[in-house]
Amino acid sequence: MTETTASSTPAHAPVVLGIETSCDETGVGIVRGTELLANVISSSMDEHARYGGVVPEVAARAHLDAMEPALRAALAEAGLTLDEVDAIAVTSGPGLAGALMVGVGAAKALALATGKPLYAVNHLVGHVGADVLRDDGSDLELPTVALLVSGGHTSLLHVRDLVDDVQLLGETIDDAAGEAFDKVARLLGLPYPGGPHIDRVAVGGDPAAIRFPRGLTLPKDRAAHRWDFSFSGLKTAVARWVERRRDEGQEVPVADVAASFREAVADVLLTKALDACAELGVPRLLLGGGVVANARVRQLAEERCAAAGIELRVPPLSLCTDNGAMIAALGAQLVSRGRAPSPLDFGADSTLPVTVVQV
Amino acid sequence: MILAIDTSAGTAVAVVDRDGGVLAERSVADTRRHAEVIGTLIEAVTTEAGVSPRDLSAVVAGVGPGPFTGLRVGIVAARAYAFGAGVPCLAVGSHDAVAFQRLSAAAGRSVADAGGRLDSPLVVVTDARRREVAWTAWAGLDDDGLPVAAGGPALVVPALLGEATGASSTWPRTDPDDTVVSAGALGMLAERLFEHGRPFADAAPLYLREPDVTPAARPKTVSQ
Ligand SMILES: [Zn+2]
Repeated sequence: MTETTASSTPAHAPVVLGIETSCDETGVGIVRGTELLANVISSSMDEHARYGGVVPEVAARAHLDAMEPALRAALAEAGLTLDEVDAIAVTSGPGLAGALMVGVGAAKALALATGKPLYAVNHLVGHVGADVLRDDGSDLELPTVALLVSGGHTSLLHVRDLVDDVQLLGETIDDAAGEAFDKVARLLGLPYPGGPHIDRVAVGGDPAAIRFPRGLTLPKDRAAHRWDFSFSGLKTAVARWVERRRDEGQEVPVADVAASFREAVADVLLTKALDACAELGVPRLLLGGGVVANARVRQLAEERCAAAGIELRVPPLSLCTDNGAMIAALGAQLVSRGRAPSPLDFGADSTLPVTVVQV
Repeated sequence: MILAIDTSAGTAVAVVDRDGGVLAERSVADTRRHAEVIGTLIEAVTTEAGVSPRDLSAVVAGVGPGPFTGLRVGIVAARAYAFGAGVPCLAVGSHDAVAFQRLSAAAGRSVADAGGRLDSPLVVVTDARRREVAWTAWAGLDDDGLPVAAGGPALVVPALLGEATGASSTWPRTDPDDTVVSAGALGMLAERLFEHGRPFADAAPLYLREPDVTPAARPKTVSQ
């Protein structure tokens, strides 16, 4: 950390250690207020690769193995001892139940052993909280629409206050966008995780070559699912298109399929997100989640936000994918607002609603 | 003093002392609420025993066998508590604790009493879910009063238990519906192992079963 960054943080800003285990990343991060001190991520992604998706039991076993090394590494990276930590934060949900329980068990025991207050927080709101850790020093500006897209979730939020007022506008009604990438990648014979491989083979492909469907964008869907997403139909459409080609003995134009599929995903995500900004009169959009790594999603977000006069905020990728620093950052906001710690009997809640920022 | 945690069945937590015996012990039988109750139980036993984390010489984790999701909660809690307290985390098999307690009782002693030899075989059988049980065979107690393993641990369907246990098939068995793991016994066993310079278990959980490899069925919605 540079002196400038450190001095921009008030001396009394709370040092918070955050633990995140909702999916396949064991994350331990440490912040001082809005300053990032450590962000250690141990991923079991390689172990899931041969199954084409996250296997909950494999993820949970990996969390158990990774927890203590990740705690040690994060403190070393921050150059702190446990005594210098003011509070502990942990993801209570949403996520995979067995995976969440590892983090919850660890956080409770660590809090008791150190006498530190414990804050149980919402994973999705944590993705929004990551934006306070920007190293350009700018503050999180509110209200904002947040589009959170990963292998585990696809959610559109309206955030008027990070701690007090987070509203769910919509979410996927079937597959997460990241899962659609994984499934289409498998269809095209590409490895897991699908996102980066689809990105790779889409280079040089024509995004307009095939008009794949945009889920839940038809006028009839707008009443019930104005802000919801659906990627299951898109996945099926790609599968049908590819199979028909193969049945006809024709070669599958992988680059065009990948580019057109990716375009359909990016288009529907950003159409809905920017519609939400317009309809709610919110002048900014925040992106979060692993799909932010997708080049076309980022590019289209930049183009459309610029055209609509919307400010686009994208935290660095290491803070977009699941991580403990975002959980620590949200915990630090709760501490700064004088919130009481969570009761000691909270559990892992795989379907925790976004309106519950702190359990 | 040792903080002992076992979640191989319900959630069991105790503070024990080599000389003072079991100072405080709490358990919740519910096999699905480990993450919820682990914190309050640890807080309750440390308060009752009047120990601060720095008074402990170690934390001991029961490493199973047992249903995985719950088992991990206790192990990770033991490791994190030990890390936070700056003391070592030791591993003891959960069936070892059952054998230690039952065989000590058969010898007319509590787990807090100094031990001695007992030739009395026992097969510890616990529920492993999915219509299987986990078993470990014990020949008795050695001269230090510590359980002597004779077979297992392994998983088997109950109907094949006799066949699987081989030479120990005629030995008395515990009833899986009535076999609880006492954290007090786990902790006292750890104290005795330490006292007699015996090795502890491997830190890894006794899963005894490969993970199901079906990728996650994600929650369709996270709102309600
Ligand atoms: Zn996430």
